[in-house]
Amino acid sequence: MIELAGVTRVFRMGDQAVYALKAIDLVIGPGEYVSIMGPSGSGKSTLLNIIGLLDRPDQGRYLLDGSDVTHLSEAERARVRREKIGFVFQAFHLVPRLTAAENIELPLILEGVPPAERRERVAAALTAFGLAERAGHRPAELSGGQRQRVAIARATILRPSALLADEPTGNLDHRVGAEVMALIEGLNQTGTTLIVVTHDRELGARARRHVAMRDGEIVADER
Amino acid sequence: MTLADTLRVSLATVASYRTRSLLIVLAMALGVAAVVVLTALGDGARRYVVNQFAALGTHLVIVLPGRAETAGGFAGAALGQTPRDLTLEDARAVGQLREVRRYAPLNVGVAELSAAGRLREVTVLGSTAALLPIRNMRLAQGRFLAHGAAQGSEIVLGAKLAQDFFPDGNALGQRVRLADRRFRVAGVLARQGEAMGFNSDEIVIIPVEEAQALFNTTSLFRILVEARSRAAIEPAKAAIRALLKARHDGEDDVTVITQDAVLATFDRILSALTRAVAGIAAISLAVAGILVMNVMLIAVTQRTAEIGLLKALGAEAAAIRRLFLAEAVWLSLAGAVAGFALGHVGSLALRLAYPALPAWPPAWASVAGVVTALATGLLASLIPAARAARLDPVMALAAR
Repeated sequence: MIELAGVTRVFRMGDQAVYALKAIDLVIGPGEYVSIMGPSGSGKSTLLNIIGLLDRPDQGRYLLDGSDVTHLSEAERARVRREKIGFVFQAFHLVPRLTAAENIELPLILEGVPPAERRERVAAALTAFGLAERAGHRPAELSGGQRQRVAIARATILRPSALLADEPTGNLDHRVGAEVMALIEGLNQTGTTLIVVTHDRELGARARRHVAMRDGEIVADER
Repeated sequence: MTLADTLRVSLATVASYRTRSLLIVLAMALGVAAVVVLTALGDGARRYVVNQFAALGTHLVIVLPGRAETAGGFAGAALGQTPRDLTLEDARAVGQLREVRRYAPLNVGVAELSAAGRLREVTVLGSTAALLPIRNMRLAQGRFLAHGAAQGSEIVLGAKLAQDFFPDGNALGQRVRLADRRFRVAGVLARQGEAMGFNSDEIVIIPVEEAQALFNTTSLFRILVEARSRAAIEPAKAAIRALLKARHDGEDDVTVITQDAVLATFDRILSALTRAVAGIAAISLAVAGILVMNVMLIAVTQRTAEIGLLKALGAEAAAIRRLFLAEAVWLSLAGAVAGFALGHVGSLALRLAYPALPAWPPAWASVAGVVTALATGLLASLIPAARAARLDPVMALAAR
């Protein structure tokens, strides 16, 4: 359950204050599939960063699963991010010198999971995402679709309650993009909250709920 | 993130940037090796000098006639007295002291040695049988001066003199003349070369009574005294001075020096020199530290997106900081170990090239070199690691 109340984010550009988000109120229930759309600079990425606890609001309140996460310390936010949030990026953000398996293992290492259990869980994830034969390959040796699947496996290895995707198909061709979306939507059907930021209308239309943004404000919220 | 994982992940990172890591390790290694080799050189020089002194004899106390004063002159000077001679009787009395193991009176002079039709001016030492052990001398042939009064007119030749006068090596038992006195060759010294500027290969040694008669004197040049132990050196020194003062009607007119005091001075000077050289070598370690800092700063810039990713995956700032510190620790550890090995190989090469120089790196230098390398590496990575930990995840992720 994600509850934002009056969330405002201001950036300073020289002596000018730019409002990226203006008093946003938004409630997203568990297991929802939401697309956030809008032109560049509409604030949709900033909103996603705040929901993902990468950024903090200048004003307003953020409740995640009933607890106030607005004023958590840096280390506490890192822990919440690790346990409840999964990110999928347009640029995949795989570590180039690590293999597919090692990239997927990263959140488990950060969480302090013992090595034996890590191996089991990584092997299971590789199989589930059809990457078993690619386990020892580095990102440079993988196709775009495979890279994004590694990234999704990594984002979900700790079973987060929400998956946040920022233009997940932006670097993929149409067919591969559709495959990746099917994979992500499959995770949503097993109960993971899914929030997709995009300006691809076709992609946005796949969600059950459509939030439209402009100039830091929500201008439409349709189900 | 557990400590084991931090170390493992950072080691893998270091290993993956092979060229970069090798260069830093090399710089560190050269710094450590410089400390080890240069201190080995310095300490080797110190040992060399100490060994030279040891060759002169151990626990040695030397008695000289006359009082060496830094101010005022000896007490008798005001009364117009000259210092009393140091006599054979004085030497015998010194030999009776409980702290003294043995003593050798010494007279030194120059006389003409003639034998087998050759003639040459030589340095003459007059002494007793005890000179041999006290001065750590060795014989090549025959025997040294005999103990007791039966020594008669015997002479011991230095190795080079024996060679020059009797090239056939048949010096033993030969008759030689020293000035106008006749002697019989009892022994020949082993070749010992020069020690502390004194060449024992070109001397002759005769009984002290013969030397005193030869040079027409009753005064001794020195009394060489060997104390019973290292601990007995100072008591022996005090006892000798008290004894001779009593024998010289209360005049404190002898100088007693110990080899230990001279040795300690050399030891101090050369130790200080070694430390100074180590300090200079340590500068190269500081330079290596700056290199580590530079490379780590570049690494943080290069891996900004990766740091952002780790934060998005839920890494705390502290975990990121530890990762970067661990990288620096691995680099400097590898450099320190390589430098330690390199330094010891270098010292070995020095010892092989100059066998006379005992160039063993002192333990403190090895430890200091390794510890300094680790500390420098860690210190130099503090700023880069803090910078990495401080990165804003949103900005970092946007970096390409």
